[in-house]
Amino acid sequence: MTPGDLERLSQAELRGEIEALTAAYVHALDDADLERWPDFFTEDCVYKVIPRENYENGLPLAIWYCQGRGMLQDRVTAIRETQLFAPRALRHITGNILVQGREDGVLRTVTNYAVYESTLDRASEVFNVGRYLDRIVVADGRLKFAEKLCVFDTSVIPTSLIHPI
Amino acid sequence: MLCAPGAGLNVFLALLGALSTEEVTLPMDETPASNGMARTAGWPAAGPSRVPAWIYSDPALFQRERAAIFRGRSWNYIALACEIPEPGDFKRSWVADMPVIAARDAEGGVNVFVNRCAHRGVEFCRAARGNATEFMCPYHQWTYNLKGDLTAVPFRKGFKRQGGMPADFRMEDHPLEKLVATERNGVIFASFDASTEPFADYLGDKMLRYFERVFDGRALRVLGYMRQVVPANWKLYFDNQKDPYHATLLHYFLISFGLFRASEPSFVRMDALGRHSALVSQKGEQGEVAGGEEMKHNDPRLKLAGPRMLQPVREFKGADTVVIQTIWPALIVQQQSNTLAMRHVIPRGAGAYELAWTFFGYADDDDAMTERRLMQANLMGPAGYVSVDDSEVVAFAQDGLAPYGGSVGVVEMDGREIKEADTLIAEGAVRGFYEHYRRVMGL
Repeated sequence: MTPGDLERLSQAELRGEIEALTAAYVHALDDADLERWPDFFTEDCVYKVIPRENYENGLPLAIWYCQGRGMLQDRVTAIRETQLFAPRALRHITGNILVQGREDGVLRTVTNYAVYESTLDRASEVFNVGRYLDRIVVADGRLKFAEKLCVFDTSVIPTSLIHPI
Repeated sequence: MLCAPGAGLNVFLALLGALSTEEVTLPMDETPASNGMARTAGWPAAGPSRVPAWIYSDPALFQRERAAIFRGRSWNYIALACEIPEPGDFKRSWVADMPVIAARDAEGGVNVFVNRCAHRGVEFCRAARGNATEFMCPYHQWTYNLKGDLTAVPFRKGFKRQGGMPADFRMEDHPLEKLVATERNGVIFASFDASTEPFADYLGDKMLRYFERVFDGRALRVLGYMRQVVPANWKLYFDNQKDPYHATLLHYFLISFGLFRASEPSFVRMDALGRHSALVSQKGEQGEVAGGEEMKHNDPRLKLAGPRMLQPVREFKGADTVVIQTIWPALIVQQQSNTLAMRHVIPRGAGAYELAWTFFGYADDDDAMTERRLMQANLMGPAGYVSVDDSEVVAFAQDGLAPYGGSVGVVEMDGREIKEADTLIAEGAVRGFYEHYRRVMGL
């Protein structure tokens, strides 16, 4: 895919591409294939996980704030090597993708998500619910996230957020 | 050093295993109930170097904590003054799990009162923050002013000579229950007990100096909030924040990336009663330049690919670069390099606590400093490189403690007495906390 394709694709084709990207992204996370996670982003990407309260009140604090793919890699390293956490499995459900704009080689989309968490000795529960506010570009011949803001509704995080959303 | 390079999580699981193995070697006379049933009262004769497990899970004890600690002679963190700068501004908060409101009145004073209607007990305010001229309970529209006084009761005189309150009903007899509020350099505390000593005396000179190191009178600016609920008793978290012993062991991120060394000058400081404390570190690398290239990592495989996350600048006078201050009963003031936060511990029953984080900077911070604070916030909060270890491990602790209410924990690193330390390898402040807890609770 080239940047020009972004302008040429029909709405339906574009939607198909975005859905494929979203599916690949959440399956990489749900398969705990974390090493692939940074590859979904551009080199100078921005990735944030933001409480909705902060986002709506114009407060700049995020609970994850990565600038550049290197910081994404650091998160993966920490999960693999340094952080203590109880075993868990996560499952993302996404939907209601809304394409908000397509200009200057940037796609702006909003996607709803829910993350279910399954832990030792407990029934699965809804862990985090929110929406992705994405800016998607063509880089290295495919669609990548130049910016992904995960704005979550969940008012309190159960224990801790270890893995990317 | 227990943190062998590359061993990662397994080291810690093994370490936790080793610790729990050690626990079963306790003398039998210190294991009061061999059937595992919780004792309902009492403390091991050894004093604060032993902590009985039942105090973390007994619902009746939590009721007593509400009364003796949180409704007692304590200053409870409520809000930052900059969250309610204008008349009518309010914030919803808690003392333990008891809902309260901080509101600024027309004269500019701060009032703290319960978020519980004097009529039928409804928690009437459901907005996190806002501006109001009065508070009206939605149930029967009893209305209160910004000082918490009752100003209107619909149908007080009845309707068409029917119904209505008794003739001797006086609105001034039914205000919202009011707390005593105090403000110190932009931080609002409140007490249910009007006899609580002035805040400065409550902290004591030494702890006040640490407090005023961050809160020096400059205007503050809130950068944002984080909230999490951890399935563990609130005391486990408060005690964790007084325990420097775990810092070099559990927080493998800091060690492996060379961000923290046991050799760094570190101190444990306390007030005279042992209820407040400060864990202090003086990092060598927090100089003018502290980029990834300067970091010496203990694990040669681990190197930050995005070192921009941790490029602190020195901003406080003196050699201290990290001060984690606990203020009895449930506040932690975090100054970890350039990331500043209030951590408000909100017990949610005996078996869970909420941690409400308010990150802030100063109103006169430049953009680069604000960006630094936001970046370094990656270390803290419910997704923090460092602090997730604590939330996870105290939940592990709750799982081990609650079913074994008759068991007893050992707290005797650096002795059995309550004392300060010039090392991290010490539990003196943990003992200080439990000794004060016993005193207040009559245990």
